[in-house]
Amino acid sequence: MSAAPVIPPTVRKTALNAVHRQMGAKMVEFNGWDMPVEYPASIGCGIVNEHIAVRTGVGIFDVSHMGDIRLAGPGALAAVQHISMNDASRLALGQAQYSALLYPQGTFVDDVIVHRLGEDEYLLVINAGTREKDFNWVRDNTRQFDCKVEHLSDDFTQIAIQGPKGVNLLQKLTDADLSAVKFYWVTRGTVCGLKNVLMGRTGYTAEDGFEIYIPSDEATSARVWYAVLDAGKEFGAVPCGLGARNTLRLEGKLPLYGHEISDTINVWEAGLDRFIKMEKAEFIGRDALEKARGQGLKRTLVGLEMVDRGIARDGYRVLDMSGGEIGHVTSGSPAPFLKKNIALAYVPPSQAEIGNTVQVEIRGQGVKAQVVPTPFYKRPKKS
Amino acid sequence: MSYPNDRKYTKEHEWITSDGKIGITNHAQDSLGDIVFVELPKVGTEVSVGKTFGTVESVKAVSDLYAPASGTVAEVNADLATAPENVNKDAHGSWMVKIKIKDPAELNALLSAADYEKFVAEEGAH
Repeated sequence: MSAAPVIPPTVRKTALNAVHRQMGAKMVEFNGWDMPVEYPASIGCGIVNEHIAVRTGVGIFDVSHMGDIRLAGPGALAAVQHISMNDASRLALGQAQYSALLYPQGTFVDDVIVHRLGEDEYLLVINAGTREKDFNWVRDNTRQFDCKVEHLSDDFTQIAIQGPKGVNLLQKLTDADLSAVKFYWVTRGTVCGLKNVLMGRTGYTAEDGFEIYIPSDEATSARVWYAVLDAGKEFGAVPCGLGARNTLRLEGKLPLYGHEISDTINVWEAGLDRFIKMEKAEFIGRDALEKARGQGLKRTLVGLEMVDRGIARDGYRVLDMSGGEIGHVTSGSPAPFLKKNIALAYVPPSQAEIGNTVQVEIRGQGVKAQVVPTPFYKRPKKS
Repeated sequence: MSYPNDRKYTKEHEWITSDGKIGITNHAQDSLGDIVFVELPKVGTEVSVGKTFGTVESVKAVSDLYAPASGTVAEVNADLATAPENVNKDAHGSWMVKIKIKDPAELNALLSAADYEKFVAEEGAH
């Protein structure tokens, strides 16, 4: 057993930090934030239980470390179109889309969810570790447009209510008709007595669910957190940490910045073709990606399932069957719901065929794995 | 949590009994979380005090196991290959390997239950 890592003194805290500690959560440093990785077994938690709760019932996450950038004004749409790869002109009022901010070379500044909140108002929800970088990037690259860019990250406590029972839970706490809100749409309503709360049917768990944005003062944040947990009792709701958030998103093949996507990986390699709209007008990164498309891929993201005993972890080398290095694992873990050891990895297209066998190097030993279809997990369609 | 007095403890959170059974402490299993994989040496393997002899993996982390004393592996707890979660359920009852201890005097350098408990409390206070 090795000692736990030391937390740097500059670490940031969400408004719910004291609540997590009071609940006995195990805290870790994540991208500069002191966050719960899992809650104690004594209250029915732990990564596996938290993960299963989200797949079968509902789990509650503090995701206030996520950042928020608002663009508002007559030029807001043009600005969003210029800095993001999906087509924001297709968004109806109250609709959201998965997208990404790209560098001119077609690699990732970050992935984002773009919400259209008003006629000329857009909200970008961004990653914790890239908050400042993203805001500076958006501000510096939208100066030519008639719109105001605001960094609202510290204004919100963001709580994710995820799982098939998430809608039932939140409906108990709001006057808004959630049955009318489709996946990747938002609404506003009163939640726990707070007026005009933004609620998005979005998440990072490959499950149905909502993310709500409430004022970030500690008292309000704690009151809503406990109200959500309390309302969830009848559905078996548990608080969930970043550990389960990671295994849930991995089963659903949702990319994590710094792993599947980064400033050295481009959109084609990451397999996010579905979310890029080359046919819309010019945007940052488009020209390089047009060129890259003609040149073919050097590497591509694949799903691996371990065939022999062993767990692939982030950064492990991927070898061909004769032991030559062909790539690396970007994320790897046991998958608690699927009960398999799975991984995402970059390999050359020649090794990417479904059913192809490769090896993952685990403590100096090649352990057999197979390329499998992704996502590993897809939530059942509602009848 | 009380730590049994019938064994010695390391600062790396392993325990060893006088007849050479080695496991990890309750504090260790709690820090790791859901344990899903335990990799242990074969019978006959020589282990050296302070050196790694195996690996324990939880959903989120990989941790090396360090030998509390030198010796030869005499038995391996095969149950842990199929039921690694037993370590979470009963860390002090789930031995991993049993070694033939080379020099019983090595155990004198290890922590008593009371000293280990104090060590864990101090570590947690940081």
